[in-house]
Amino acid sequence: MTETLGKTGTLVREVAGTTHAPPPPGRRRRRAVAEEPGKPWMIRVPLFLYLLFTLIPFYWMLVFAVRPSGSTQLVPWPISFEHFDTVWNDIGFGIFFYNSVVMGLGVLVFVTILSVMGGYALARFKFRGQRVFLLAMLCSQFIPGAMMLIPLFVIFKGIGLLNSITGLVIAEVAFQLPLSLILMSGFIRNISVELEEAAMVDGCSRLRAFFAVVLPQLKPALVAVGSFAFIGAWNQFLFALMFATRQDKFTLPVGLSYTLGEFNTDFGALAAGGVVAAVPVVLVFAVVQRFLVQGLSAGAVKG
Amino acid sequence: MRTRTWAPYALIAPTLVLMAIFLVYPIGSVVYYSLQRYNVTQPWKNGFAGLDNFKQMLFDDPLFWQSLAFSAKWVFVEVGLQLLLGLVLALIVNETFIGRGMARALVFSPWAVSGVLTTGIWILLLNPSTGIFQELSNLGIGSPGTSVLGNPDTVFDALVVTELWRGVPFFAILLLADLQSIPKDLYEAASVDGASRWRRFTSVTLPHLKDAIILSTLLRAVWEFNNVDLIYTLTGGGPANQTTTLPLYVARQAVDSHNFGYGSALTVAGFLILLFFSIAYLRVSKFGSRA
Repeated sequence: MTETLGKTGTLVREVAGTTHAPPPPGRRRRRAVAEEPGKPWMIRVPLFLYLLFTLIPFYWMLVFAVRPSGSTQLVPWPISFEHFDTVWNDIGFGIFFYNSVVMGLGVLVFVTILSVMGGYALARFKFRGQRVFLLAMLCSQFIPGAMMLIPLFVIFKGIGLLNSITGLVIAEVAFQLPLSLILMSGFIRNISVELEEAAMVDGCSRLRAFFAVVLPQLKPALVAVGSFAFIGAWNQFLFALMFATRQDKFTLPVGLSYTLGEFNTDFGALAAGGVVAAVPVVLVFAVVQRFLVQGLSAGAVKG
Repeated sequence: MRTRTWAPYALIAPTLVLMAIFLVYPIGSVVYYSLQRYNVTQPWKNGFAGLDNFKQMLFDDPLFWQSLAFSAKWVFVEVGLQLLLGLVLALIVNETFIGRGMARALVFSPWAVSGVLTTGIWILLLNPSTGIFQELSNLGIGSPGTSVLGNPDTVFDALVVTELWRGVPFFAILLLADLQSIPKDLYEAASVDGASRWRRFTSVTLPHLKDAIILSTLLRAVWEFNNVDLIYTLTGGGPANQTTTLPLYVARQAVDSHNFGYGSALTVAGFLILLFFSIAYLRVSKFGSRA
């Protein structure tokens, strides 16, 4: 460990030494200031601006959703829930919401289980066709979703899965699985093999060793991949739009897209529908983003 | 640990089955359709067409070239800006400051929002009568009734900014994750050697981020190329096909015209272009070789 550190340290020293002439004395002070960890304005000002950019659109939606029709106040008071009543009961967002939840959870469960299985196979075994399998999954990322529309439509029609949430779940799982599986195998590879081997030497089966040793350490990865899957399914638009023509099978993005067209002037309904679609997924995201960053930095990006 | 057993095959079997049905078979059938005359509205003409669809596309269809050019412009502008802003954002929220966790959760949150929802939110924000431009003009900034979405000169900018809103967080998250895997010792060593903040950024941070940047820009380029939901719901490809991307054109051929043969040929072309672009990009950027 110390050896590597020494090496990298020297490396940086060399780079800095060869190309950097000794600085003129006048610049020394300025650099000393730049090195202070503080420099709050360098962080605060751009961060504040970016926060405005992020939050103003959300705020606008919230305002439109809760202020009564006809009002133009930017700080709405009193708050009215008439638009929510309209979208939830009259337009049918209650049903869309239910469909989206079922689809999101279905995709979450299957993607998580299948990616743990496949990720474990990739990380812990060496098998014939491994490279081809990995390559095929990477290549699948370059296939346009729109490319699948025509043949998938034909398939779904053939097996009677048009207008069915089950069909949407299957298609979405198939599309999310490659990337989730690659991420998951990265996580598993980063978990050291020794404990697992020790458990197996002690008489555990591989399966028991997996559940006792690997799975507990995999929690952040499960949260990251699972939430990725849920958010992806919640937002799936193209397939949901194509494969669900009956209104009782719409998911939230599809319902919302119709709201965009049909209620072009009813901004209150549009905003209330938007809040219904946004709140669960933004909440999920706010909770798990920490795990997501941790999980990704744990090795997934490095592959 | 690495033994030859049937176990790995059993573990990847479900994935293989799904991929075979929903990826391999559709690719095959798209290629097959692309060589056919296959139009639901004119079934009597259906049959083998050879390369006719491709000939028509290359020599006889200005909309193909127009949509391809718009796709290229869209990807270039969008991914470039997302990378730049995403990197800045990642560097900012990688610093230590009070409320960092909260700030991260807030600035990353649009990433979780779908294209359709993004469209809905921005239509509310940009609409000429009650949107932000009206409010600003009430305060004396700008002119009242500014309609950026209805104006052909500004609709592209509006699209770009809208997609940045939810696209920048994606880059920031990926790059932040990679930033956190940089050993702190490297910075300390560089500091001891008198490297300035900028110098540490160019000599330590950027080389370390190189692979993550290449991979995320590539993934994002492919996703933005294939982006349908945002553009479809915001402009529908208009005005006058100005914002029609290749996938949108495919969807229109398939859904509106029921011309599955020609739509499939367009799809195959899009796939080949992406494939070529990806390979070239990985080669030129020397992915996997640390600077």
